[in-house]
Amino acid sequence: MTKVEELVKKQAEFHGYKRESLMPILQAVVRSERFLSEEAMVAIAKELDISTADVYGTASFYTFMDTKPRGKNIIRVCKTITCHMKGKDGVIEALEDTLKIKLGDTTPDGKFSLLQANCLGWCHKGPVMLINDEVYPELTPQSAVEIIQKYLKQK
Amino acid sequence: MDNKIKKVDLIFENVDYLEVLERSFKRSQDEIILDIIDSGLRGRGGAGFPTGLKWKFAKNEEAEQKYVICNADEGEPGTFKDREILTQVPDKVLAGMALCGKATGANEGYIYLRGEYNFLLPSLLSSIEKFHDQLKQLNFDFTIHIKSGSGAYVCGEETALMESMEGKRGEPRNKPPFPTTAGYLGQPTSINNVETLVFALMIAKEGPTKFKEMGTFDSRGSKVFSVSGDTPKAGIYELELGMSLEDFVNEFGDGDTKAVQIGGASGFCVARKHFKETVIGFEGIPTGGSMMLFNSTRSMFNILNDYLEFFEEESCGQCTPCRVGCQQLLKGIEAVKRGIKPPSYLDELQKLSETMKLASKCGLGQSAPNPFNSIINNFREEIIY
Repeated sequence: MTKVEELVKKQAEFHGYKRESLMPILQAVVRSERFLSEEAMVAIAKELDISTADVYGTASFYTFMDTKPRGKNIIRVCKTITCHMKGKDGVIEALEDTLKIKLGDTTPDGKFSLLQANCLGWCHKGPVMLINDEVYPELTPQSAVEIIQKYLKQK
Repeated sequence: MDNKIKKVDLIFENVDYLEVLERSFKRSQDEIILDIIDSGLRGRGGAGFPTGLKWKFAKNEEAEQKYVICNADEGEPGTFKDREILTQVPDKVLAGMALCGKATGANEGYIYLRGEYNFLLPSLLSSIEKFHDQLKQLNFDFTIHIKSGSGAYVCGEETALMESMEGKRGEPRNKPPFPTTAGYLGQPTSINNVETLVFALMIAKEGPTKFKEMGTFDSRGSKVFSVSGDTPKAGIYELELGMSLEDFVNEFGDGDTKAVQIGGASGFCVARKHFKETVIGFEGIPTGGSMMLFNSTRSMFNILNDYLEFFEEESCGQCTPCRVGCQQLLKGIEAVKRGIKPPSYLDELQKLSETMKLASKCGLGQSAPNPFNSIINNFREEIIY
């Protein structure tokens, strides 16, 4: 049994084998693997006794359930109205320069993915970004780069 | 401060919620529900359905299992009040759920928390643990669980939310049946916005009269507003309902406000010339709380473009009017801006938006035309030139 299959098995045991468990299991796999591989989706389908197409169909509906490999740290910069008005473009440019990747890409070392997201719910404190589950409001291009540098030093 | 804007403190006020629950648990279901009906409380998520009626419908259903859901999938651009409520007064939200459980006869509750707010999970889970112990002491059987979203705006729609809770794609269901008849797992379910639950608790605490005396005939009570955009006072404010937009702008504007988007991306854009006659409330322009101010430096084309891009991405794609309509509105304004299509094409698009309003299955497709029409009607020249 591979590492992913083991993870899926454990999660299914924990959450139960009902259809309602699908989301929490998918979320747990994404949390640990950063994305849903074909292998993971096949394993989930097997555990819950539903078709793999059904698992993929559900996963692909949700923005946070990536079906292609992502970095260890997923950066999501809010792009919706007020964050746009308050300068999210400058933040993204600064992050692209620092990480040397384009929006939507992952660094070659697999440490960061840089993405945009729809409204993150911090309109009064934009621009804002999420790194994994952490929130960083009231960004400037400079402060965004400093935050990334902290992450770089950590690991 | 202009005295036409009245600040209120019901939501964030610290109260002895256990005392309120203890008292409420001794009352009959009907007594609790009657108070909520009498207060005139309407749902605070945006749609504004009378809360007491919703609870009554759920209570009247015969079923082995009923559910209470707290809708914390706050995804409307410009709204961030539920996050603040869940951060500052989580216990009041949980108590509101238990109250709803008592009133409707449900012993299980779920909070559906949007994935973007996952950082709230640890603190919420410990609040729930503490609350379960407190309920045990009151001898009331009610369990609360959390389900997380994963980044889909449409899951804020109540039936899409239940689909998502059931482990499926978050595609809205046909209504009827309404959730109070067949909701989560087909059982009677009363689903309420975070803020609504806290107001219900406050009404149980103080009786319906105080709440009813605030606001207007159609819009009783107060409401938490999320203020953002071109304003020196961005943030969260609980205000009495029924004020005019002019009073609001005088309080929160930066002196150069040219338009206000009321009700988020799915709401309406009001131009300066209409500030005076526009009432913020169910008789005027209702809002889930989102108030975005734009000053004269902003291009309304860019703003509309952002809204339409948002809908184009967040449309679940299930029904054609919404899926294709959102794409075509976005493509259409870009084509007009570039001169590929003549300005009269905007009239064609407005016809399309009428179709979307009529034929879309859920609130997303029905309301995506709101910013489109209100911006085209008020700022047509900015879209064309």
